[in-house]
Amino acid sequence: MSDGLDLFRQSLQAASHPVLDVSGITRLYGERIGCADVNFRLWPGEVLGIVGESGSGKSTLLRCLAGLDQPTAGRVLLDDHGTMVDLHNLSEPQRRAVMRRALGIVHQNPRDGLRMDVSAGGNVGERLMDRGDRHYGKIRTSATEWLRRVEIDPARIDDLPRQFSGGMQQRLQIARVLVSEPRLVFMDEPTGGLDVSVQAKLLDLLRSLVRELNIAAVIVTHDLAVARLLTDRLMVMKDGAVIEQGLTDQVLDDPQHAYTQLLTSAVLS
Amino acid sequence: MNELVRVTRVGKSFTLHNQGGVCLPVLGGVSFSVAAGESLVLHGPSGAGKSTLLRLLYGNYKCSEGKIEIFHQDRWVDIVSADPRDVLDVRRHTLSYVSQFLRVIPRVSALDIVKEPLVTRGMAPDMASKRAADMLARLNIPERLWSLAPATFSGGEQQRVNIARSFISVTPVMLLDEPTASLDAQNREVVISLIEEARKSGSALIGIFHDEQVRERASTRRIDIQSFTVAEAA
Repeated sequence: MSDGLDLFRQSLQAASHPVLDVSGITRLYGERIGCADVNFRLWPGEVLGIVGESGSGKSTLLRCLAGLDQPTAGRVLLDDHGTMVDLHNLSEPQRRAVMRRALGIVHQNPRDGLRMDVSAGGNVGERLMDRGDRHYGKIRTSATEWLRRVEIDPARIDDLPRQFSGGMQQRLQIARVLVSEPRLVFMDEPTGGLDVSVQAKLLDLLRSLVRELNIAAVIVTHDLAVARLLTDRLMVMKDGAVIEQGLTDQVLDDPQHAYTQLLTSAVLS
Repeated sequence: MNELVRVTRVGKSFTLHNQGGVCLPVLGGVSFSVAAGESLVLHGPSGAGKSTLLRLLYGNYKCSEGKIEIFHQDRWVDIVSADPRDVLDVRRHTLSYVSQFLRVIPRVSALDIVKEPLVTRGMAPDMASKRAADMLARLNIPERLWSLAPATFSGGEQQRVNIARSFISVTPVMLLDEPTASLDAQNREVVISLIEEARKSGSALIGIFHDEQVRERASTRRIDIQSFTVAEAA
């Protein structure tokens, strides 16, 4: 069997260092624990899910990982075009530059990730301009292409996001994040707040884009079905701590911790 | 013998924390190995732990004790202690699990579902489509269904889509969880020949088959799982 397998193997072996290397991340709010002592590594093309009930520290952790919040302790190393940089040990302008170059963030509420007073095409094209692209025609072509990829009619390129439905806004946000081809993407409940049929469409889209672009992703969700569909590995959080982690199907089908057993047995399937 | 699977003193028990912490021992002291070109059938009554063992081998269940080594590319990987990332790599290239159930993905067509393993392993999409079409035809899925998502297919059709997906890219080690259950005679024949082809091409197979006739034809060796069953009152 040499169906291009060898090529694939080589590209896998070439990925000899992680995209994200997290150690001891802790975020305290006064006495209260946001998240405590979280450690993991994420490799190119891997998708990590973080599950747990509301208040378990999932979003706090994600904010620390993505540079939106400063951890109380710990270190986040991420791959900035071949060099590992310490995200929380940079000057503010440096950190912003790294965040722009190396990572993408999909917010639960598209309003937090989109500029609502800028056209759909502008929302996507702006990221390319941030990156240094200057050719207007090329930017517009690229934006059009991305609208098509996320299944938004390119005829609506000049419409404002507020004229879009919730599902379309979320897809537009995904286009805005992925257009600059980040190798690492953080998603906070990307399908939250959408009705089930729209969710399915979005999940399928995310799943194929993540694979096609070989993106490493961290996805926070409270929906175990979403985790099963999109992620390779899973971390379960409770009261700010990671209580169980492993292969997604193993954690869901043979949970070891009492809380994970409770979580998986509560799902209707 | 060219061994591909080595199982050493594997044991499994389930602890149900939310049901009074009751501990259910299922298997203990499981040891065997399987070589390339062999097909091992797990034999035993319902509840003896056959499916549990198959899931342990795939890393879907977590072993309580023992080692499960799979020969992956040019080295042995212990599924029990390996990093998730390495287990995923073993599954991508070496180890596959064939069940009778298709995990339906919303909106993805039968053809795309079947070709996905080939694309994941690096084949060009149009080449993969051609191979997927051949496989669906071989399993008697009508062409008008290929472009549709299998959510609305009959149970038997979904099962055959899953088998097409599983056998389109044969891996060195294949775990078969009753792949022929509830298939009609014609399709059962197709699956048996797919199994034989995989074995003759050098794969090591481990399977559960309830149908005696299928078992006879699809296996070269059997082990009685009851000798490993740990249960107070089975």
